[in-house]
Amino acid sequence: MDPAIDASLVSVESVSDSLSSTGYLPDAAIATIVFLAARLNKPLLVEGPAGVGKTELARSLAAMTGRQLIRLQCYEGVDESKVLYEWNYRKQLLRIQAEQGQNWDQLSGDIFSEEFLLERPVLQAVRSDAPTVLLIDEIDKLDMEAEALLLEVLSEWQVTIPEMGTMRAVTTPLVILTSNDSRELSEALKRRCLYLHLDYPDLEREKAIVLQRVPELPETLAEQIVKVVQSIRELELKKAPSIAETLDWARTLLHLNVTTLDPETLQRTLSVLLKFRSDLSRAEQHLDLGD
Amino acid sequence: MLNRLLAFTHALRNAGVPVSISESIDSLRALEHIRFEDRTAFRTALATTMIKTRSHEQAFDALFNVYFDGGGPADIDDLHDREDQHHAAEGAESFMDELFESIVAGNGGTGGMGELARRAVGRFGRVLSSPSDSRYFEYPVFRALDMDVLLQRLNEQGAEAAGLEGIDARIAGDRFRAAVASFRSEVRAEVQRRVARRKGPEAVTRHSIRPLPEDLDLATASRAEMDEMRRAIRPLARKLATRTAMKRRNATRGGLDVRRTIRHSLSTGGVPLDISLKHKVPHKPELFVLCDISSSVARFARFSLMLVHAMSSGFTKVRSFVFIDTIDEVTHLFEDDDLFVAVDRVNAEANVVWIDGHSNYGASLERFLDLYGKDVTARSTLLILGDARNNHRAPREEALKELHSRAKHVYWLNPEPKAYWDTGDSAASRYAVFTDGMHEVRTLRDLENFTAEVLT
Ligand SMILES: Nc1ncnc2c1ncn2[C@@H]1O[C@H](COP(=O)(O)OP(=O)(O)O)[C@@H](O)[C@H]1O
Ligand SMILES: [Mg+2]
Repeated sequence: MDPAIDASLVSVESVSDSLSSTGYLPDAAIATIVFLAARLNKPLLVEGPAGVGKTELARSLAAMTGRQLIRLQCYEGVDESKVLYEWNYRKQLLRIQAEQGQNWDQLSGDIFSEEFLLERPVLQAVRSDAPTVLLIDEIDKLDMEAEALLLEVLSEWQVTIPEMGTMRAVTTPLVILTSNDSRELSEALKRRCLYLHLDYPDLEREKAIVLQRVPELPETLAEQIVKVVQSIRELELKKAPSIAETLDWARTLLHLNVTTLDPETLQRTLSVLLKFRSDLSRAEQHLDLGD
Repeated sequence: MLNRLLAFTHALRNAGVPVSISESIDSLRALEHIRFEDRTAFRTALATTMIKTRSHEQAFDALFNVYFDGGGPADIDDLHDREDQHHAAEGAESFMDELFESIVAGNGGTGGMGELARRAVGRFGRVLSSPSDSRYFEYPVFRALDMDVLLQRLNEQGAEAAGLEGIDARIAGDRFRAAVASFRSEVRAEVQRRVARRKGPEAVTRHSIRPLPEDLDLATASRAEMDEMRRAIRPLARKLATRTAMKRRNATRGGLDVRRTIRHSLSTGGVPLDISLKHKVPHKPELFVLCDISSSVARFARFSLMLVHAMSSGFTKVRSFVFIDTIDEVTHLFEDDDLFVAVDRVNAEANVVWIDGHSNYGASLERFLDLYGKDVTARSTLLILGDARNNHRAPREEALKELHSRAKHVYWLNPEPKAYWDTGDSAASRYAVFTDGMHEVRTLRDLENFTAEVLT
């Protein structure tokens, strides 16, 4: 139960160093909050626009602690049978048919047992003997009902299956919940979590991330790239370019053997960064790229 | 320290941030794990346990500044100012030069302007009310140091002075604007810290902690605040749209859900005793928005139009009409999908002034009935936005009465405080009787609540 068994989590500095060595570059706030979440044994809600490193943070946490990453990808319509468990109906029906005439009490005891249980991510995390990282990705896509269900598990760390009884967690997982903020989450859920608002990184950190992920890139070009991206982000856009797009753009430019950004290159490659026609023309105007 | 922390929590709650008891306890637990002297860690520990929404961050920052960075003896400021004496001789002009050079040299980033702001407040921000009591304010600082002039100079000469060329020169403007904005907020923070040191943090928070963007009064918001609200529109619309979808899904259930039914049947030996139903595709209303865009309510109209169109997926159709003393349809302007451009075009392109440009609700409603009345059916919801100030003209509420009888619902949003309704030339209640409700809507939060509770 003691999270301190993970050497990488003993201090803010060690969190910071360990994350960096997995290739994830945190700022002071990220490292501090991850450290506190582990210390206080609380789920961490990471909120922010798409492509700023929310999912990657959970992956890197798993990598740095050597824990298994268990991921629940949320989408509309996810319910108990995707979050906790489901019975394997086909197998159960086959058994019922095969055992025609058998005593029902006996049979129902048989078919509602381990053999017919399909574990879903949250139950899997509860039942795991070794500590895990449980990633509940894009929780804002869940409906209220499913959110309430999760909240219950996150506070009790136990799951009751009527036919099998109550199962209690042996170890508490490190829980990361992510949200793109497409809707307000319930107050109750937020109260239970620590909160990390992930936004686009500042110039220095984004440059470091680019150099980390595309190491062949000349430093001066990396700096130019990041400056342009950050400048474009200030515009009112339908979809601002995220770190993921910065990286795509950097790779494209490397591939094209570009050494310095000139208007023609920008004009030619800006569409890697911006997906909407109207955003593109706004950026072109901003950068004063005649056509 | 504990007392200060409790006072801080209290101030947060007063500013509209709902910090619960359990979160307060979490913050104390978190503090056990960090070193006190580490300011950044201290601040982060408080923020992560007490602030769970982005829009509350600003209130947190402002309050943290006065409660925890504003501490220390009051005369420390005088001491610092005296240390700065050798600078004090310099006038506003040379200070502006210094600012210019510092920003050109790239010191505009986070925190980079703090030292200059401190000196600026000591040098220009002091107002002596009596020989023994000096007080600090923002306005004399910015009277001495005109930020518009600075920004203009940066835009004209900054790139060259910094030796920037090509693309770097083109985007230098963003950096300059950010640096000037950062200097501004550092000055504000410094003034607040000084006031906090002299009079205690409560003295600052009573006056100068700004409301959250969703609570700003649309009628009196400044330009910068308007920008903040504009940024709040899209997330707000997304939230509302998701909520609507969810509400509709839960409201109506249809068809057989085979998986659920089988699942339940297993506990009855495979016999489906309980039938589970799937969600039925819901009916979406068709929305007509009628907006007064005369100057008294223009801002309110803009926000409402943006919000409604941003969540247009929640309706089968949204048709927008704007009026002053006559009415015009502007639905097509929102088709290119860029809200901000669209609302700008509404003002420039709509044909809404017929005689004199004073609002005429009666004539506008009548004309709407004539031209578009045939499209209003039992599936339609009408949303009328305006202060119902009719400039003493005939209200002609029969037109509204007729529309009310055809439509499913008619709602009226009035941006005036309720206390003013029916005063002067307001015909509020004469219209209100032919609606399903007239609502006071003065902030984005009001608009959000109305939309969430009534419209969807
Ligand atoms: N701090 C970081 N250090 C290194 N790479 C990062 C960092 N943040 C984001 N990235 C990169 O950005 C990309 C997008 O991150 P992702 O986690 O998928 O975003 P999100 O889940 O927020 O939508 C990934 O390719 C990731 O490698
Ligand atoms: Mg993700």
